[in-house]
Amino acid sequence: MSAVPLTPGGGAVERRPTRSTLSLLGERVIEALIKLSGVSAVIFVVAIFFFIFREAAPVLWSKDFHILEFLFSTEWYPTSVSNVRYGTLALTVGTLSVTAVAIVLAVPFGLGAAIFVSEFCSPKLKETLKIVIELLAAIPSVVWGFVGLTVMSKIIVTLTGTAVGVNLLNGGVILALMSVPIIVSIGEDALRAVPDSYREAAVALGATRWQTVFRVLLPAAKNGLLAAVLLGVGRAVGETMAVLMATGHAVHIPDGLLNSVRTLTANVAAELGEAPAGSSHYRVLFLTGVLLFWITMVVNVAADLVVRGIRRK
Amino acid sequence: MTTLRRAPVMSALPIVLTLVAVALLPAACGKSGGGSGVTTIQVRGSDTMVNVAQAWAEEYTKVQPAVGVEVSGGGSGVGIAALERGTIDIANASRNMKPEEVEQARENTGQEPREFIVGFDALAVFVHMDNPLSEITVEQLADIFAEDGKAVRWSDLGVSIPGVSDDTIVRVSRQSSSGTYEFFREHVLGTKDFKLGSRDMNGSKEVVELIGSTRTAIGYSGMGYATSDVKMLKVARAAGEPAFEPSVENTVLKAYPLARSLQVYTLGEPQGAVKEYIDWILSPAGQRILEENGYVPVNPGGGGA
Repeated sequence: MSAVPLTPGGGAVERRPTRSTLSLLGERVIEALIKLSGVSAVIFVVAIFFFIFREAAPVLWSKDFHILEFLFSTEWYPTSVSNVRYGTLALTVGTLSVTAVAIVLAVPFGLGAAIFVSEFCSPKLKETLKIVIELLAAIPSVVWGFVGLTVMSKIIVTLTGTAVGVNLLNGGVILALMSVPIIVSIGEDALRAVPDSYREAAVALGATRWQTVFRVLLPAAKNGLLAAVLLGVGRAVGETMAVLMATGHAVHIPDGLLNSVRTLTANVAAELGEAPAGSSHYRVLFLTGVLLFWITMVVNVAADLVVRGIRRK
Repeated sequence: MTTLRRAPVMSALPIVLTLVAVALLPAACGKSGGGSGVTTIQVRGSDTMVNVAQAWAEEYTKVQPAVGVEVSGGGSGVGIAALERGTIDIANASRNMKPEEVEQARENTGQEPREFIVGFDALAVFVHMDNPLSEITVEQLADIFAEDGKAVRWSDLGVSIPGVSDDTIVRVSRQSSSGTYEFFREHVLGTKDFKLGSRDMNGSKEVVELIGSTRTAIGYSGMGYATSDVKMLKVARAAGEPAFEPSVENTVLKAYPLARSLQVYTLGEPQGAVKEYIDWILSPAGQRILEENGYVPVNPGGGGA
């Protein structure tokens, strides 16, 4: 409806003063709202970091806390009566290993599916697949956790003969299943954004379909594909409920795929409720949040640098 | 031309007004929503007690339709922490409140927490049905679960489980907000800590489920959660002493080493609906529900207190 331009002059000139105050006010309000929503993202990120850090900070100077122990010790005994120790190394390794397993499984599947949906399948199948994949992305994480706890754990026990089905592999598979839909839908968008003239040129040069995909489309869409992978990974790092239920929740550095692990996020979810507000345990859990914040920031910044590096070439 | 040009301006105002109205609506509703006829009692805490608390809440709506009881779990520590902040009416706890928690509640709310013992429970030690072991000592439990404990494989305890190649003991424990966790640590490990690497489950039922599907597992949970896939071990205080099974009788006689009381806490002397509810829990009707859920009533055989 705003397609009609408000040109100055013309027949409306004599009426303008009567409605300009209203129209100006309305426009100003809307403009301010839009500006606010634009800036709010920045405000939220800064505010979240500030509040988390403010809750965590006092423990940094407390005498029963050592930053080296926090980062590099595997001993997590927050409620011990004799010797309280806050070592998060096992939890950090847990988060990283579950994420790594998820990436290894999800990236080939996700990108493969994106290429298939975008380039190889018929329009009818494409529509069906897209709807199903979006449905997959809408499944709540607690449902995925339940699948891990009941279905996946039985499958893993039957296939591998291991004693406990809730472990690193289970968590990784569940996270992979959760990130695949994201990788597929964003990756497919990226591939679709490659102009058709590229495909036509490739075909005109006598390239086969595979040659077109690998030599032309993937290089042309690499930024978008990287973004797809990163968003998938982001979901894996930050996921709480599903990994809480599927990984076995054991403080332990894994030496194989079938070991139970505990992640930073699951640990916060399980313990924050009971930690008395203001206690060292409570503050250390917030510090765990700061650590997670840094991990995701490093991943994002690294990815940004990679993308810029690619662009420059 | 004039009307066409005016249209977008005139249509912007109602949109803005609607936006403002929509933004204000929830606030207005929130203020007026409090005055309904049903009184709600908020109950939170022990996962061990969540089943029986739920059963009480359901039955109580039949007795007293004007009172709704909302029950949630999370662990004894979660319930006590919520009571300290004054956000709930009743905290369920399968352990006693610690002095510093009482102090914290006093500081935050200015009221003294009041304790009511509503029943007893035996903390059962579970193993898989196929495990040939039938009794265990508290000392052996500490060997399995404590930080410096020596028992890592079932063969260390002289047990061989049929059909298992790797007999590493799978320890199943609870998350640290659980009253069951604290009770087990206090009564089995003393001041020692748990060995790291145990599977810390988020509920009493999950512990029993994992043990039921794992031949080499051992864990602890309320005896009310027993299923046909698991076996409850008899527990002896020390080697050479008689071992007792977790039963109503042995719990009442305090013969079973891992028996404990279940309590509810309120802030200050309970009033009105909360008082009536707790009185009803302690009445024969409430205690019968406790017994049906596998726990031991406060006054077994005799009904309420």
